[in-house]
Amino acid sequence: MAEEALPKVLVLGPPTCFSTLEPLYSHKFHFLNPNPNSTLQHLMRFHHPSSIRALLCAANCSVSADVLRLLPSLRLVLTTSAGTDHIDLRECRRRRIQVAAAGGIFSEDVADAAVALLLDVMRKISAADRYLRTPNHGNRRWDFFTLGSKLSGKRIGIVGLGSIGMEVAKRLESFGCIILYTSKHKKATVSYPFYSSVVQLATTCDALVACCALNEQTKRIINREVILALGKGGFIVNVGRGGLIDEKELVKCLMEGEIGGAGLDVFENEPHVPRELLQMNNVVLSPHCAAFTVEASMDLCGLVGGNLEAFFSNRPLTNSVTLVE
Amino acid sequence: MGTIGVLLVARVLPYLEQELDKRYKLFRIWDYPQKAQLLTQHAAAIRAVVGNSNDGADADLIDALPKLEIVSSFSVGVDKIDLEKCRAKGIRVTNTPDVLTDEVADLAIGLTLALLRRICECDRYVRSGNWKKGDYKLTTKFSGKTVGIIGLGRIGQAIAKRAEGFNCSICYYSRTEKRDSNYKYYPSVVELASNCEILIVACPLTDETHHIINREVINALGPKGFLINIGRGKHVDEAELVSALQEGRLGGAGLDVFEDEPVVPEELFGLENVVLLPHVGSATVETRTDMADLVLGNLEAHFLGKPLLTPLV
Repeated sequence: MAEEALPKVLVLGPPTCFSTLEPLYSHKFHFLNPNPNSTLQHLMRFHHPSSIRALLCAANCSVSADVLRLLPSLRLVLTTSAGTDHIDLRECRRRRIQVAAAGGIFSEDVADAAVALLLDVMRKISAADRYLRTPNHGNRRWDFFTLGSKLSGKRIGIVGLGSIGMEVAKRLESFGCIILYTSKHKKATVSYPFYSSVVQLATTCDALVACCALNEQTKRIINREVILALGKGGFIVNVGRGGLIDEKELVKCLMEGEIGGAGLDVFENEPHVPRELLQMNNVVLSPHCAAFTVEASMDLCGLVGGNLEAFFSNRPLTNSVTLVE
Repeated sequence: MGTIGVLLVARVLPYLEQELDKRYKLFRIWDYPQKAQLLTQHAAAIRAVVGNSNDGADADLIDALPKLEIVSSFSVGVDKIDLEKCRAKGIRVTNTPDVLTDEVADLAIGLTLALLRRICECDRYVRSGNWKKGDYKLTTKFSGKTVGIIGLGRIGQAIAKRAEGFNCSICYYSRTEKRDSNYKYYPSVVELASNCEILIVACPLTDETHHIINREVINALGPKGFLINIGRGKHVDEAELVSALQEGRLGGAGLDVFEDEPVVPEELFGLENVVLLPHVGSATVETRTDMADLVLGNLEAHFLGKPLLTPLV
């Protein structure tokens, strides 16, 4: 089919998976991928707005009322993220625009990464690998390497028991860990002990795993009080958003030995990482990639491609998002 | 009991060394640069040897200690102890089973995750400042993969249970098929390697299992396969492993043990698809303390004429 006859899909970002997605679906859809240096208005000179019914965006692209106003024929917004706080859902509903997101497609990979970071910081895996690879390590005896902390059987507090939090809980249960949690609301279907106070949770646990979305209620939910409550032998893992933790206080507590260690995939001001952390042996640092496996990327392409096909043939979408008020 | 001579042949947890020193007449092998001198002077006093996974009691040492009654190992693996000789001479041997099962299983999964998700490489990426230049590449998912375990004993089963928490399917090779197991059995290691994505070595080191991971097994595991060794270095033909990794015939390896510790093949240091650990399978404060208490408990029981806690011989 000639490109002009293919349904048009406007791509903003572009999302990381686009380079994999485009070759797989370019025979079915005409992807309009505006140059980051040019504006939407510029693009509209070559493609009449009434011809654009579908938009695919990355997590950091604002799909505001202003953007939507430029696309009067838009009826579909697809985002490659699980979160939708970059999309004006109310305006979409008003304009009868369907919205679909990534849903739980990354949950397993992010949960795997959370457990990986927890095991690494407690058992000192990266620190030990680094120790062996240091030149002249041959002079250092292996029995001098410091002992780690046991994970099995420990009490783990999950901050946010959504899709990712539940997957983390399931994995840690297989290590004999005792799961405790805090969440916006107590979950009736879950038997893990619920704590409405994060400080209480931290007092009772050996480690905290932060998996929740970042919003007004969860901003800096892990603050100095929580970190001190966790204590000198305690560990923190963050696979949510950097803003969940008061980063300055975390660094201070790590420097002062008030906490055992931390495994961090996210930071307040990525890709900037506080330089004090770069020297520490009791932290594990990861460049915001908990969701980024080859398999997740392929699954995401399948989800996006499938949703585009569904939309253009008037079939229901997968992982549809509705505004909850 | 302060006159009972105990020979400590390896560095152990300070708590254990201190307790041995308090309770017995302790000889530390490293205090004697000439082993012969130690033996000439003190052999007659030594009734017990305490060793670990790397240093035990071989035939020569056993022969040199005529009053030796018990070898108590600060490890579960006893491949460095001449069990046959001990049996022949009526020398008791104890190890530290069960108390380290969870710990080693935890590490097996930790190694697998670190390898597939490139946790150590990502950490290096951030520390070197490379994140400012761009994102790290995509890594390999662990959940849902097929895990093959060699040896379905205490540690193998504990590994299987944890992998199931990640929705992995489990298959195994063992000397004999376990009738009450739901996991898929393969009658040979090559077949197991051909049918799994992550192969984990969790059996004891014996003459039969020496180099159980050889070129044929490595090739069967293949360029998308991963090897995890938390057993003994000699389970793996290390030279073959190194060449397979260098030539891309194996996807990657997570190693806690090496053929000739503390030597690690230099060729591995430059590879990003390996994770290297200094034999830390049981290395936590909690577990090493439990192991120490077992060693002390076994020695105490022996010298009081009571039943041993965890005898092997």
